[in-house]
Amino acid sequence: MQASDRFNINSQLEHLQAKYVGTGHADLNRFEWAVNIQRDSYASYIGHYPILGYFALAENESIGRERYNFMQKMLLPCGLPPEREED
Amino acid sequence: MYLYSLTLQRATGVVCAVNGSFTLELLRPDEAGRIQILHSVEVFGAIRSLAQFRLTGSQKDYLVVGSDSGRLVILEYNVAAARFDKVHQETFGKSGCRRIVPGEYLAVDPKGRAVMVAACEKQKLVYVLNRDAAARLTISSPLEAHKSHVICYSVTGIDCGFDNPIFAAVELDYSEADLDPTGQAAADAQKHLTFYELDLGLNHVSRKWSEPVDNGANLLVTVPGGGDGPGGVLVCAENFVIYKNQGHPDVRAVIPRRDDLPAERGVLVVSAATHRQKSLFFFLLQTEYGDIFKVTLDHEGGERVKELKIKYFDTIPVTSAMCVLRTGFLFAASEFGNHALYQFQSIGDGPDVEASSTTLMETEEGFQPVFFQPRPLKNLLRIDQVESLMPIMDMKVTNLFEEETPQVFTLCGRGPRSSLRILRPGLAISEMAVSQLPGTPSAVWTVKKNVNDEFDAYIVVSFTNATLVLSIGETVEEVSDSGFLDTTPSLAVSLLGEDSLMQVHPNGIRHIREDGRINEWKTPGKKTIVKVGSNRQQVVIALSGGELIYFEMDITGQLMEVEKHEMPGDVACLDIAPVPEGRQRSRFLAVGSYDNTIRILSLDPDDCMQILSVQSVSSPPESLLLLEVKASTGGEDGADHPASVFLNAGLQNGVLFRTVVDMVTGQLSDTRSRFLGLKPPKLFSAMVRGRQAMLCLSSRPWLGYIHQGRFLLTPLSYETLEYASSFSSDQCAEGVVAVAGEALRVFTIERLGETFNETVIPLRYTPRKFVLVPKKKHLVIIESDQGAFTAQEREENKKVFFEATGIGENGTANNGDQMENGGGDNDEEKDPLSDEQYGYPKAVSDKWVSCIRVLDPRTGETTSILELQDNEAAFSVCTVNFHDKEHGTLLAVGTAKGLQFLPRKSLIGGFIHIYRFIDDGKGLELLHKTQVDGVPLALCQFQGRLLAGIGPECENKLFPNTIMSIHTYRDRIYVGDIQESFHYCKYRRDENQLYVFADDSVPRWLTAAHHIDFDTVAGADKFGNIFFARLPQDVSDEIEEDPTGGKIKWEQGKLNGAPNKVEEIVQFHIGDVVTCLQKASLIPGGGECLIYGTVMGSLGAMLPFTSREDVDFFSHLEMDHMAYRSAYFPVKDVIDGDLCEQFPSLTPDLQRKIADELDRTPGEILKKLEDIRNKII
Repeated sequence: MQASDRFNINSQLEHLQAKYVGTGHADLNRFEWAVNIQRDSYASYIGHYPILGYFALAENESIGRERYNFMQKMLLPCGLPPEREED
Repeated sequence: MYLYSLTLQRATGVVCAVNGSFTLELLRPDEAGRIQILHSVEVFGAIRSLAQFRLTGSQKDYLVVGSDSGRLVILEYNVAAARFDKVHQETFGKSGCRRIVPGEYLAVDPKGRAVMVAACEKQKLVYVLNRDAAARLTISSPLEAHKSHVICYSVTGIDCGFDNPIFAAVELDYSEADLDPTGQAAADAQKHLTFYELDLGLNHVSRKWSEPVDNGANLLVTVPGGGDGPGGVLVCAENFVIYKNQGHPDVRAVIPRRDDLPAERGVLVVSAATHRQKSLFFFLLQTEYGDIFKVTLDHEGGERVKELKIKYFDTIPVTSAMCVLRTGFLFAASEFGNHALYQFQSIGDGPDVEASSTTLMETEEGFQPVFFQPRPLKNLLRIDQVESLMPIMDMKVTNLFEEETPQVFTLCGRGPRSSLRILRPGLAISEMAVSQLPGTPSAVWTVKKNVNDEFDAYIVVSFTNATLVLSIGETVEEVSDSGFLDTTPSLAVSLLGEDSLMQVHPNGIRHIREDGRINEWKTPGKKTIVKVGSNRQQVVIALSGGELIYFEMDITGQLMEVEKHEMPGDVACLDIAPVPEGRQRSRFLAVGSYDNTIRILSLDPDDCMQILSVQSVSSPPESLLLLEVKASTGGEDGADHPASVFLNAGLQNGVLFRTVVDMVTGQLSDTRSRFLGLKPPKLFSAMVRGRQAMLCLSSRPWLGYIHQGRFLLTPLSYETLEYASSFSSDQCAEGVVAVAGEALRVFTIERLGETFNETVIPLRYTPRKFVLVPKKKHLVIIESDQGAFTAQEREENKKVFFEATGIGENGTANNGDQMENGGGDNDEEKDPLSDEQYGYPKAVSDKWVSCIRVLDPRTGETTSILELQDNEAAFSVCTVNFHDKEHGTLLAVGTAKGLQFLPRKSLIGGFIHIYRFIDDGKGLELLHKTQVDGVPLALCQFQGRLLAGIGPECENKLFPNTIMSIHTYRDRIYVGDIQESFHYCKYRRDENQLYVFADDSVPRWLTAAHHIDFDTVAGADKFGNIFFARLPQDVSDEIEEDPTGGKIKWEQGKLNGAPNKVEEIVQFHIGDVVTCLQKASLIPGGGECLIYGTVMGSLGAMLPFTSREDVDFFSHLEMDHMAYRSAYFPVKDVIDGDLCEQFPSLTPDLQRKIADELDRTPGEILKKLEDIRNKII
């Protein structure tokens, strides 16, 4: 990378996107956006023990099981991705 | 509105627990097998993980904390100061519980050389730990081990001796699954076990080894290595435990299943503990159903693992963490409900192993499952438990029992461990003995025979015309050879000097020497002694008329008159402080007079009986006590704080007056007062944990004592007492003997430091809500559980089981009461398989059980219980008086039939049942049942009608999602939506129509709501915030003045919402899911606060400030404290009282600095903090 590129807005964005998972971009589609939100939500539930407890109460499961279920759901949080449109 | 927020009862749920030698554990089991909470700190953040480590060759463990702060914090327990000292704090990321910011997982190298902190996704950081020349812990800058698009399930450190540290992680790469629309990639996604090696030479972390692992993997457990064992890890996966190591074939065994488990369900390990001795190690793994399995590895000289054996160990309630202590105890931190300490009876050595890697059978459908039957505890014995309210499902504060203070009724726990807990502010006591006396005693003392004796020798009871002496031995019996005069009442009895006894009676002082000689001093003339103050060296008596006579012990052990002093009038009370250690005498005498004054007199030979200071009080003093308070601030030992002497005075108007006595001049300063009760408080000295404490007897007893470096004055939950004295015998080291009525009572005070004590009444299923039936003083509780069997079904299953196994034969012929036992209603001790211990058997997930219970809280007796049939479950309850008033007060219960949440919420039907109370409110009779479309989650009475919130509708479809609460006040209806905050409605009778005139602009996921006033409601959301929503005054006026009540405007609508918006006037982050809110006052005459209860079992209060001055003061004291309390919304108009209360634990220098900035003294700040706390509780 040349010194001048460092201040280029695009390279800065790329840097952000690489560093911070979930940083959006202009061509982000609905599915990608939703997947991101869902993964963030599950990570937040897992991180906040009282919320895990709240879910565990509602579903009558153990907190350990709830945590595992949320982790598992991070794989495909919004179902299968849509077919890519060929352009 | 400005509020002061204070946590009354700390959260009792345990997120994670570790044990180690922080020179001692923080939860320390003492000799009697009780668990003592040594220390707790409020961190103002969310702790997500904990790990302990020890540097090689060191004796002390450090604690690593992973939290939401984006920092790694290493703490050291400072025994001397009884607090955690922060050793290191390394910032690595943003704060908050984020997906890629580490903190969720922590792993330490077993040799304490490195720590890994990981996030749910992508990021992993490794810190190298070392020691500098001065043996201080050092920490390196972080080394990255990131990998994008990888979800991390578990992390642990591998035991590889002194080779380079290795960390193992279970990871799943999702990058391809996100791009493949056919779903093939997602189906093929494979979890991997990855080893990360930290090269200490190169200071670099590399992925050393990665191999596919069972896709159900969720937890890693380190296997001892480096000479002690084979090393590697146990991978706990759904249904399996697999041993894995680099260059070693997998050794897999199946986790045994309970017979009655539905086939669709897996078995997941949720917590694990390792036990290590020199020659042996084993693992205890607990499944989500509570069964603990002992896992052992057969290995050849610490090399190859031949066999992995799983043996059923015992069943205890599901834990979030287990710790095996070296002393042979197992601490189990329960997910919900009380935590327990178990003692190992044996370690399950029998050869009958349920599952093993060698007997693993693979068929075409996969591995063959193994079954087992849970049995009563064999290897563990529960010896103590720590009370936990987690989770609080519902709460009401009311004075149902008409006691001095209101009671807090909470519904706690879930499933078979559910309970109704009645909390009373105050300390719990346990009564040791009650014995009736002949007549009504007026006073009681205990006395030792010798100053070096451990225990008291006599209990002396004074009546109006006699004195009774009881000797304490194997039994307590009356004696007559004690030397005490028994034909007269006594005024004081105490030990004098080393080994002589003194009895003061109205006509003189009787001094009983050790050898039985008796010296008698008689009062001059017709005067009688009215009051006495004494310690081991000094005695002061007050004669009628106001004359004071001062005696002192001389070297020969004689009591000598030293000085006389004439007071202006009769003496109301007097006291001398105990002789300070290393001194001859105590310097101060406190005298209270009927002219509303207290005087401090000197007892020094130079200025004997000189008045040093005078304090006037609001009412004549009844009783005085000089109390030396060590460590009024700072560490538990108070080493760096000088002791200060407090003069305590119980005044006739029921107020306790406390003031500091200057040790040199005797001047009084810094006065505090507190109303204790309707009777004038009598003050007595007592011992608590080896320190001087104060008992105050007013209309209820109080205890003033030092807890964790802080002076606390707390009521005792006991009846009114007349007179008390500390009591020590070999059965009870620190007890109290007291008289009340005609009885002599001996009791001990338990669970010091707690705000509430509780009475527990067990319930059958997870309680959801309850209502008070005010006239009859009964509670109606609705309970429901998903995926469980009804009591009858369980009963039948058990019978079948007992018949099959023959357990029923040996002494458990109580099959008849099993149903009640199953409900936890009777003593579950007799039940061989109590549900409280074993949990309910799991049914398929769309099966519900539910019951409606009528309970008399005074006796704790269930007067009626209706079990709902046909898969119906109750969700809401309220009492209602209909227009026609035909049946009086009725009970409405909202139920749902066949409710399913997953894959999509669905139900067969919702119902509203209307019940009539029969048998004087003890029973219920169904009047009728109305079918509705959705689940009625909220019910409320409104103008003689019943309002039901059924899904998104409430008689009309105005509300966005699901209604979860309805409150009414005058003609307004306040509706809480589960996802869209509050809606304010009005009802037009003529058109029989509801319309929304105001709503909230913030999408709040409500979990609790409470109506505050005409324009204001308080709510709590799922993310742990409390807020107040208020309709602006002008809008409110406009609506009230508008003849159509704003209906026209509503019809026009505004952006799909209501025409007016409420303002959120208060914002505060609690950090815990609030499940119930109520406006109430916890003490008589105290301010009304908003009380809340949370999922983690904490109770808190928010008190509105009454003056602007206080707001300014506390907001300056709080300084810049924003981040945590503003985790979701910027905090608004709430002072964090928990933070302010940290002030006393700061160092004196820092306290002074802060106080200077506020233009106050530290004493003033402490007083202010105490005052505001006393307004709440």
